[in-house]
Amino acid sequence: MTATDPIKAASRPVPVSIDPSIAPPGTRNFRDAGGIPADKWHADQNGETLVPTHCCFCGVQCGMYLRVDKGGKVFGVEPRNHDINRMRLCPKGINAYQQVNHPDRLTAPLMRRSRDEEFKECSWDEALDFTVSEIRRIQEAHGNDAFGLLGGASLFSEKTYLVGKFARVALKTKHVDYNGRLCMVSAAGANKLAFGIDRAGNPFSDILLTDCLLIAGSNVGECFPVMTQYLWGARDRGASLIVIDPRETAIARTADIHVALKPGTDSAFFNAVLNVVIAEGLTDEAYIAANTTGWDEVKKTVAEYPPSRSAEICGIPASQIVQVARVFAGAGKAMAWHARGIEHHSQGVENCLSVINLCVATGHIGKPGAGYGTITGQGNGQGGREHGQKSDLLPGGRSITNPEHRQQICQIWGIEESELPGAGTSMMEMVWQMQRREIRGLIGICNNPFVSLPNYAVVKDGYDTAEFHAQFDFFLSETAANAHVVFPVTTWAEDEGVMANAEARVVKHNKAQEPPAGVRTDTWVICELARRLGAGKHFDFPGSREVFEELRVASAGTVNDYYGITYERLDETGGIVWPCPSTEHPGTPRLFEDGRTYHADRKIHMQVVEWHPPMDAYTEEFPLSLTTGRTVAHFLSGNQTRRLGALVEQTPRPWVEVHPSHGFHNGDPVRVVTRRGSEVFPALVTEAIRPDTVFIPYHWPVPTAANALTIDALDPRSKIPEYKVCAARIEAAERVDEVPAPPTAPGHEAYPEAQVSRTDPLPPTSPQGRGTAERS
Amino acid sequence: MMGRTIFIDPGRCIGCQACVSACRECDSHRGKSMIHLDYTEPGMSVASLPSVCMHCEDPVAPCAEVCPADAILVTADGVVQQADTTRCIGCSNCVNACPFGIPKIDLQAKLQMKCNLCYDRTAYGLAPMCATVCPTGALFYGTLEELQAERPGVQVADSFVFGDVVVQTGVAMVVPADKVQWPVPGGLPVVEVNGVDVR
Ligand code: SF4
Ligand code: SF4
Repeated sequence: MTATDPIKAASRPVPVSIDPSIAPPGTRNFRDAGGIPADKWHADQNGETLVPTHCCFCGVQCGMYLRVDKGGKVFGVEPRNHDINRMRLCPKGINAYQQVNHPDRLTAPLMRRSRDEEFKECSWDEALDFTVSEIRRIQEAHGNDAFGLLGGASLFSEKTYLVGKFARVALKTKHVDYNGRLCMVSAAGANKLAFGIDRAGNPFSDILLTDCLLIAGSNVGECFPVMTQYLWGARDRGASLIVIDPRETAIARTADIHVALKPGTDSAFFNAVLNVVIAEGLTDEAYIAANTTGWDEVKKTVAEYPPSRSAEICGIPASQIVQVARVFAGAGKAMAWHARGIEHHSQGVENCLSVINLCVATGHIGKPGAGYGTITGQGNGQGGREHGQKSDLLPGGRSITNPEHRQQICQIWGIEESELPGAGTSMMEMVWQMQRREIRGLIGICNNPFVSLPNYAVVKDGYDTAEFHAQFDFFLSETAANAHVVFPVTTWAEDEGVMANAEARVVKHNKAQEPPAGVRTDTWVICELARRLGAGKHFDFPGSREVFEELRVASAGTVNDYYGITYERLDETGGIVWPCPSTEHPGTPRLFEDGRTYHADRKIHMQVVEWHPPMDAYTEEFPLSLTTGRTVAHFLSGNQTRRLGALVEQTPRPWVEVHPSHGFHNGDPVRVVTRRGSEVFPALVTEAIRPDTVFIPYHWPVPTAANALTIDALDPRSKIPEYKVCAARIEAAERVDEVPAPPTAPGHEAYPEAQVSRTDPLPPTSPQGRGTAERS
Repeated sequence: MMGRTIFIDPGRCIGCQACVSACRECDSHRGKSMIHLDYTEPGMSVASLPSVCMHCEDPVAPCAEVCPADAILVTADGVVQQADTTRCIGCSNCVNACPFGIPKIDLQAKLQMKCNLCYDRTAYGLAPMCATVCPTGALFYGTLEELQAERPGVQVADSFVFGDVVVQTGVAMVVPADKVQWPVPGGLPVVEVNGVDVR
């Protein structure tokens, strides 16, 4: 080739082809490729073994291999050609393996009799006996419901099933909930109301078939990075991309339409879009007539939201509303995916319903390339609530207030219906109850509310008021550091179990190494506590497999039917999407293909949505919207990722994103004040945010915690906190608040040495990752 | 375009740095990343762009040409290797010669380090770690035909103009079809598309 022939170009467009390797889940046998031997389980490469498993973090659930050395220790990661991610991984997934043998790992139970004492390592017997005696003391004095249990959506589904059963059968308390309450329960509630089933309607692979993709309130590039390949794949085929987000995120940057609306105005926006769709005659009346109820009321309500009115509420040009309506409704096939941006609101359920109304009214539902989906934040955000860990649900998504459902579960569990407690309260409400001394003791399993719940002052007060607090974790989280007892439990790489990703595809995680000495599985700890509480005969589970067998039976015949899913089938297929009622059933990747839903009348119940202003009122004193979110390098409360050197180096600390119109310079200390408190962050001055909005990523503890500032207002139906909008002001400050080191157990190597990976650490002084220099 | 190579598509990059983390995990230089992520319009946009070694072909790797110790070798298949540790004297000539700003000197070790297209992987038929994991396909490893089969109509450039000098590279850059009159991201002008001079 010579210098006069400098450009290589395609002579003409190649006909559109869909990669056949991206078949919908369950429709073909799972194959591995990419130059790695086909049988991975015992594949031997230079003495190392590659164990096929999945990432422990977000709801994409990327397939990966853990590299295990001759000594049986996890020491690295290798991409895996799984249907979901086709070798792709984000930086969290690549670095996840470093948790497994991290020097900060807890390896012995920690105990203290009061919070004034220091933690001391103790034997398992001591820790378990003390916990059981405290449970007994509190329940005898104040009733069974004075003790609560908070689970987590990073647990395998088997463990979430056990958490729900343990609370009701061993603790006999109604107070059980989980941190998925902070994740996608608004979408779950909306899906249940509209369709009678609580999951995404389509698999990720359908994104590649769509003509128009609407993403509302989701920073896909940073929160679900591997899903981006589907977005870009759709775009390659000419699909238009509509992004609704107050910030110009990486996907918004290249979207055909980016609607930067004011936080907390989503349902006003979607109502107006539907208003235009109706006005322009773009509804699918035949579909609506055949398959839905409630359309007339919805129509009447959205008539009250002409583009001019909503444009004012949302702070956007009315023309954008018209554009979105025409592009979405006019597309041959269109899909809407949403995430916490519209769900984390005191009207989170309504926001999701307004999106559903739009999909249904335009007939974009139940077809390849047309439908809706929720992007789950936590690995098992979907599966974590399906089997009874949520305060109002029994296994199989059964309602705890439905007498028939109660009877069914009591039969499986071998208890009397009268022994089964009723519905409890949500995670945030349980904290309020701890403040009021209604709940006096608590066990937390793999959650970190000190960073992840809103209004930190209230959370700290609630936990401090509790007489007894035990926590399961593999690192000493900020919350565990406040406990009386800490149980050191396994990571995802030291046990087997299933998770359900954002598509409701059940995937199996495999065990890659033995737990370190002194560490037990959560299953073992829960069963051991149950035995000591006298409920041992209900908890005779040697491991995950036995729990899964009971879970399969407990879900049989329900909407969330797992009966046909077995460990063997999961290994074979790479994942099966529920409902899967029999072992011959292929699973159900796409819902409503025949128009029928899971309501008794098999119709879609369209719901009226009215917009309400956010709970925290704007005033002269607090004129701005504070909104929060994630960065790509960190996961949720950061307990896992703030200890991994490469991720710390990539994003060492939080910042506040402000528009240049406020007159700050990059790195200036900026105090962000809300009605809950104030903290100082370095400014990241960017034109990629609305002038009336500021943004803080939420992965860090006080005094750099976004959640010290956010409001603990809840959606009345889903009880999800309103993380994504509160009233704030910003002012110049002297210096930024320093990020505290993650807590470590006594005798463990202290942060930061323990977490510097293999490169020189940068001092945590400058925010990274979104472009920090000023315009020159 | 020779066989399989890396294609960089800045339009798809989400700035996640998975490539940086993956590069760090590569067995040949474990613990150091040879990829840099650049922000093209910092403070105005989140646009980002990964910089990997472009494996210059013509003129043959300026870094190798200027190396006084003959430490930088170019393989028969066009991969410009990182400096041979037994020869490199850490003089920084290569750093100054590279038009793309790729080689870096490890000041402690007094050694040059740069991307060698994951030679330990590509030699065995595996894709480089960065292009394997990149969630968006902003880094793609394969042939031009494979790229075009996945992305209909995609156009690429593998020549870059620096004043009077045209540098032709083994690694190519994706040029958006409808924006060919724009400079190649990174500030390098596109000269010709489909045989038409667009200067
Ligand atoms: S965090 Fe999510 S996107 Fe990243 S590797 Fe893990 S599952 Fe995949
Ligand atoms: S991995 Fe891909 S998308 Fe992420 S920063 Fe690197 S090139 Fe960009």
